Amino acid sequence: MEIYLFILFATLAVAAAVGMITSKDTVNSALFLVVNLISVAGIFLLLRAQFLAVIQILVYGGAIMVLFLFVIMLLNLSSEENMISRFSVKYAIAFLLGVVVLSQLLYAIASVTGTLPYVSPEMERVGTVEALGDALFSTYMLPVLVTAILLTAAVVGAILLAQRKFSGKENK
Amino acid sequence: MELYWFLGLSAVLFTIGVIGVLTRKNAIVIFMSAELMLNSVNLSLVSFSAQLGDVHGQILVFFALCVAAAEAAVGLAIIIAIYRNNLTVDVSKIHLLRW
Repeated sequence: MEIYLFILFATLAVAAAVGMITSKDTVNSALFLVVNLISVAGIFLLLRAQFLAVIQILVYGGAIMVLFLFVIMLLNLSSEENMISRFSVKYAIAFLLGVVVLSQLLYAIASVTGTLPYVSPEMERVGTVEALGDALFSTYMLPVLVTAILLTAAVVGAILLAQRKFSGKENK
Repeated sequence: MELYWFLGLSAVLFTIGVIGVLTRKNAIVIFMSAELMLNSVNLSLVSFSAQLGDVHGQILVFFALCVAAAEAAVGLAIIIAIYRNNLTVDVSKIHLLRW
């Protein structure tokens, strides 16, 4: 059962990722990314990380992707035909680099197979909100507070950057 | 299920992200490919955490999510600022720092 669900989610994730980088329309790309993120959340559930699966859907699939869609629709981009690089040499180099990265990663993975074979039974306890909250609000209290400061700084910075009168140059 | 299935999926997603960053010209799509890579690394962290039965990998993913949210907000603001000045998000036409 688990293996079939994994194949379903993995196929969805990879297909959506390929669709994201190949589709010409930016809105389609963003929606493909949402599909990808939600199927990765399903894989988190297969790994019994319940809390992170929910957070993945809420924060990534919800908040961040809504931000992306807002920006795309705010900029009102027309889907250009030459969005993908025209030079086939560039393409070839990009795919060569991609193949190199993939083979490197797969080689690294293949060299450690069998060391950690299965999902630990501990995960039933460790993946819950309870366990994560326990660790976050005791051992990792200071990093959580620093994260709050980071998010506030990011929001203030984002507002400052996107403000109309930020740049010295006048708009054309 | 064995660990290497999850790690392999993570590697494939990461590679798709790399190819997306290298081939696309639209700044927003490049940014989304970077998010894809970030997410694939999260997947590998969660699978290691699940295999070890240890909570720390998941906490790292939690903080990575927070940083990703901050990064998305700032990055999209920068894209809006660039669009306002240049009226394009095509990275091959943004060459202010190119000599």
